[in-house]
Amino acid sequence: MNPLLLLLFIPILTMMGIVVVTDLKWVRVISAIGMSAQLLFSFFLLYWFYQERGAGNTDPMLFVSSTMWYESFNIQWKFGIDGISMAMILLTSIVTFAGIFVSWQVENLQKEFFISLILLATGVYGFFISIDLFTMFLFYEVAVIPMYLLIGIWGTGPKEYSAMKLTLMLMGGSALLLVGMLGIYFNSAPEGGKLTFDLLEIKRVGIPLSAQLFFFPFTFIGFGVLGALFPFHTWSPDGHASAPTAVSMLHAGVLMKLGGYGAFRVAMYLMPEAAHELAWIFIILTSISVVYGAFGAIWQKDLKYINAYSSVSHCGLVLFALLMMNETATTGAILQMISHGLMTALFFALIGMIYGRTHTRMINEMGGLMKVIPFLSVLYVIAGLASLGLPGLSGFVAEMTIFVGAFQHSDTFHRIATIVAISSIVITAVYILRVVGTLLLGPLKNDHYLHLEDATWFEKIGGVTLVVAIAAIGIAPLWLSNLIREPLMAILQTLTN
Amino acid sequence: MNWDMLYSLRQEILLSVLILIQLIGDLSEDEKRKRIIHVTLFSFLLFTLVGFLPGEPATLFGGMYVSDDLRTLLKSILSISTLIILLQSSSWLQQPDNQTKIGAFYISLFSTLMGMYFMIAAGNFLMLYLGLELATLPLTLLAAFDKQLRRSAEAGVKLLMSSAVSSAILLFGLSLIYGVYGTFYFTELSVLSNSSYLSVLALIFFISGLAFKLSLVPFHLWTADVYEGAPLSVTSYFSVVSKGAALFTLMLVLYRVFSLQSATWTLALYILAISTIIVGNLFALRQKNMKRFLAFSSITQAGFMMLGFMNVGSMGMTTLVYFMLIYAVSNLAIFGVLSMVSNATGKENMDDFNGFYKTNPGLSLIMLVSLFSLAGIPPVAGFFGKFFLFTAAASSGMYILVFIAVLNATISLYYYLLVVKAMFINASETPIPTLHTTFYEKTAFLLCLMGVVVIGFLSSLYDYIQGLM
Repeated sequence: MNPLLLLLFIPILTMMGIVVVTDLKWVRVISAIGMSAQLLFSFFLLYWFYQERGAGNTDPMLFVSSTMWYESFNIQWKFGIDGISMAMILLTSIVTFAGIFVSWQVENLQKEFFISLILLATGVYGFFISIDLFTMFLFYEVAVIPMYLLIGIWGTGPKEYSAMKLTLMLMGGSALLLVGMLGIYFNSAPEGGKLTFDLLEIKRVGIPLSAQLFFFPFTFIGFGVLGALFPFHTWSPDGHASAPTAVSMLHAGVLMKLGGYGAFRVAMYLMPEAAHELAWIFIILTSISVVYGAFGAIWQKDLKYINAYSSVSHCGLVLFALLMMNETATTGAILQMISHGLMTALFFALIGMIYGRTHTRMINEMGGLMKVIPFLSVLYVIAGLASLGLPGLSGFVAEMTIFVGAFQHSDTFHRIATIVAISSIVITAVYILRVVGTLLLGPLKNDHYLHLEDATWFEKIGGVTLVVAIAAIGIAPLWLSNLIREPLMAILQTLTN
Repeated sequence: MNWDMLYSLRQEILLSVLILIQLIGDLSEDEKRKRIIHVTLFSFLLFTLVGFLPGEPATLFGGMYVSDDLRTLLKSILSISTLIILLQSSSWLQQPDNQTKIGAFYISLFSTLMGMYFMIAAGNFLMLYLGLELATLPLTLLAAFDKQLRRSAEAGVKLLMSSAVSSAILLFGLSLIYGVYGTFYFTELSVLSNSSYLSVLALIFFISGLAFKLSLVPFHLWTADVYEGAPLSVTSYFSVVSKGAALFTLMLVLYRVFSLQSATWTLALYILAISTIIVGNLFALRQKNMKRFLAFSSITQAGFMMLGFMNVGSMGMTTLVYFMLIYAVSNLAIFGVLSMVSNATGKENMDDFNGFYKTNPGLSLIMLVSLFSLAGIPPVAGFFGKFFLFTAAASSGMYILVFIAVLNATISLYYYLLVVKAMFINASETPIPTLHTTFYEKTAFLLCLMGVVVIGFLSSLYDYIQGLM
């Protein structure tokens, strides 16, 4: 049996376990055990991955297995991972693990909450290990749909509106994606032979240029909606602001990365010529995303909205870097996916914890929290510094690499786009420091805050896990960039030729 | 007449026997009436199973009646759906008002089913028309079943009028077909090709006639009123069995008889598909009554079915049958929950479902899964059904149609989610009380759920259907 299937079976077993038990305590314990097992297994998988590579296995994908599913459409259960998907799996398991602990004290319908949350994670894992486009799409939608219930039932503020907006926009994105996917499928055998959904097989044969030009925008925008591509990002601020803590974490941390990953792995990888032809349109759009998101964050007063707009900016940067199509920039893009995934998860986790104590998310109503809840406040500062790209934390490594890579293009168009995108660094510093200043420092604004309690044990577990991961990437980024180098080079080779 | 012929006709003969049993049962005393329900359910179950016995292809009565594995499967899909409806209607029939009409209900229902069998099994247009009429007239009786209720009687009359018009249109089409080709036999028609305008006109009239049954836009105007007026069990029969029979008939005739004219009918159905999907969706958005809501939802779904026709090969037929099967189980599960609620409380509005999850978690989850299936959300079966329909349309290069359809599938998700929202998110001060599920209803839900959850993963079922084409 393929070891990758465990990535699906562990969450499924966990969900079954939650269904069976009745006691709230056991619901939490089983979720925690399941997701810890998943985290351990991901690290084990990483070890195994290195072992295989060390043993001289140079296949583009490892642990590949395929089982025919729908014979007449040539749809297979085909799984396998390379360095990039390995990194994404690690990210997912870390964020999910932290998410479970952060939502330890979720109120009402706990059972359903944990099941939906884990179902969402299952979809994400399935997406990252799929090689077959059909199952990839299937898991993509499995990951999106629990969001509706998660936000609608357990959310705050205008939750019904946000949940509906988010679901419909993401499903609209997948509508575009579906057309793109069918286009790829029916052009996957231009010289006759069997049509296929298999990514590697499609790549080997190649899609005719005319079809590429038609279907690339569908596929790229389809994934881009999830990656908060301007002007399709509007679901993101509302959705993130209304979602319960763990859902914001998973969604901003992991689900939005599905967009970047898919745009790279499917749209650009399979249709390289079209990617070259049309890149300029999307570079303009992503530059707007980057700057617009950052400016958006400046104007907001609600902590979650600030972070949601900052996610638009950072995820825009991922797509921007991917479109630069050189080694340095794309390495930066993948690093940024991981880095942003971790730090935005930490941000949302902390916002959730602070909101749980102060019952407000408006920054002007809070102040001086450093004095009463030092642990959470320090974590918040770390997350903020990572976000504005302080050396030693993950954000610096990622953004530095991206901009160095982007600057390697010497023509005017790329230069201007890069300069515009770089300007976001300054804006990011403004809104991060503003929040840190008003929220954590200064005099205490409300006497009630004197009695606030600092982090509980489960909150500490969640927060510290994420901080450790952020620091690990910041201090030693090479292991990660080595992990993703080989598959990146393979993909880039086809892109640059 | 020999045994082989009788065996080929086994489904029709047994169904006649079932009708005769009802006539005898109607003679029994009033207090023993309830037993008829149990007897009927059991015998109908046996009857359904008989449909799965292997059989040889046969052509009877000089080509009037055709029996082969594909047609037997199509009939079986209809009888399984009917079985589920019978199970769901059992507690409704036991209500005091309906006890005296049990026999009438079953006889009308089985007669329409018989008519649908003949529509599917027809090898000649006259036979098809005969089956169509037999399927239609008792349906009007069923629509007017709650005869004391004004809206039910109105539904019956409306259905009668629109059916009469559609029959007339279809008949006109048939007369043109005879005029052009000089024959009504399918085997002879299938090799004749004719490019005259008259033949195009004949085909359009024929499609329009059946489009009434399928409630494709612009032939849909009767649908919402009839669905709303008829009792719920009858409504679910309309939306699943009656629609399924019309779809199967249209499919068999277009693919098997008019395959040489495929350019004409794909164009016609292309237009119908777009208008049906868009109009059905737009009207469904604002419905407050669950029955009307499901009426427009089923119109939209019929529009999606038209995408399968865009592939003129075996893929198109397979995806159609496959989708119909999935649509049937998903829709029946929803109607099952609705009829339970309606029987117990008389509530039929979407707002009445507020807070439904708190009081009836099991039923809410069944609704959730089935609504997702209708909306085409994985991993439930509806996703696969819709995906393959889109694939069939894309295989002919009709990406624009696919794009319109997929966008509309997203819009349809909005109103399906409204129901989900009512059940799971909205709170209510007077929620529907916890409902008791009888054994029959449980069985029906089990059958539906098995279909909704499992069919998508069973690629062998798809391969089996394709093997029959």
